[in-house]
Amino acid sequence: MKEYDDIPGTYVFDAERARQGYPLNRFCMSLMHEDNRKRFKADEAAYVGTFGLSEEQVDAVLSRSWNRMLALGGNVYFMAKLFFTDGRSVQFACAQMAGMTQDAYAQMMLSGGRSPDGNRYKREQSDG
Amino acid sequence: MAEVFAALTTSHVPAMGAAVDLGKTRDEYWRPVFEGYEFAKRWIAETRPDVVILVYNDHATALGLDVIPTFALGCGAEFEPADEGWGRRPVPMVKGDPELAAHIAQSLILDEFDLTLINRMDVDHGLTVPLSMVFGQPEAWPCKVIPLAVNVVQYPPPTGNRCLRLGHALRKAVASYDRDLRVMVWGTGGMSHQLQGPRAGLINSEFDARFMDLLIDAPEEAASIRHVDYLRESGSEGIELVMWLIARGALTPKVRAVRRFYHVPASNTAVGHLILENAI
Repeated sequence: MKEYDDIPGTYVFDAERARQGYPLNRFCMSLMHEDNRKRFKADEAAYVGTFGLSEEQVDAVLSRSWNRMLALGGNVYFMAKLFFTDGRSVQFACAQMAGMTQDAYAQMMLSGGRSPDGNRYKREQSDG
Repeated sequence: MAEVFAALTTSHVPAMGAAVDLGKTRDEYWRPVFEGYEFAKRWIAETRPDVVILVYNDHATALGLDVIPTFALGCGAEFEPADEGWGRRPVPMVKGDPELAAHIAQSLILDEFDLTLINRMDVDHGLTVPLSMVFGQPEAWPCKVIPLAVNVVQYPPPTGNRCLRLGHALRKAVASYDRDLRVMVWGTGGMSHQLQGPRAGLINSEFDARFMDLLIDAPEEAASIRHVDYLRESGSEGIELVMWLIARGALTPKVRAVRRFYHVPASNTAVGHLILENAI
């Protein structure tokens, strides 16, 4: 148990996740180049298959399961290359990670953001 | 002799740069943010630094996962604004100061800060957005810029204490440079924000206000904030605030805050901005 493991809804990109996520993030990084974006869009599975991701990671990418990507070692600054390849914003992806519509998420931000109250410890949430 | 005479801190939200580039700074959404930086534009025109040492982090642009330096000093003559996947920002080339950077590198390493030195690197929004917020849209940036990139992407970033000490060492390094130069240190990133997971969108205005209070008047206390508390209280990306401590450390123990600004939101992030001058 790491001291930050009791923070709810948060995947800390530590050395262990970075190790696990190295191929996943390397794939994401490759999407900074237009040629690679084209190759990815032409055949997503074939392109992702060249980076040595685990089956779970490939599945998370193809299904755009952002939270699973995070749990499997993805980092948001790398994943952002995939958001942009999809023509989506970071805010769009954040809303999906939070299980909200983009409108509801944007409205939450305009209203001052998600309060830390009740969001500091997992136990606050499991206790209801 | 050269001197660090002031520090400036600011968030470096990419959407703020996009607002500048797309001419949206007077839109209803963005106006309060950009009005908050009007003072900085006047102040910088009056104070005219020769060199800005700009503390920022790369966001998986020039530095991926192949090489992860904790502190990396840009020693090159120029740094090109990066293509982060949607084209380069229409901003001027960033001109470095290789002579001062070489002096700082030597001074800091002998002062036991084991820096990475980078001669060639593109600079992303972490560095160019603060320049746009303070200088607007000039033909050329009006001063030289030495990038100081800090790893805050792969946990753990350097501790707040280490960052404050690096600021102290930076002050000494600049003061031992045998040329009359007016130098500023900018600390960028923050304030509270979380860009990932079900808790995305976290903002903690109370934490941010207290952080600014401590940074100004009790930097040693700000430097003692533990990583887990940044993560819990200011969000997983709020931990970028350790970079503000480098700028603070480069000033005298007592400072004058000549500008303090805070606004929520810019996209997913709380925007904070300070201007600090040495108090003698």
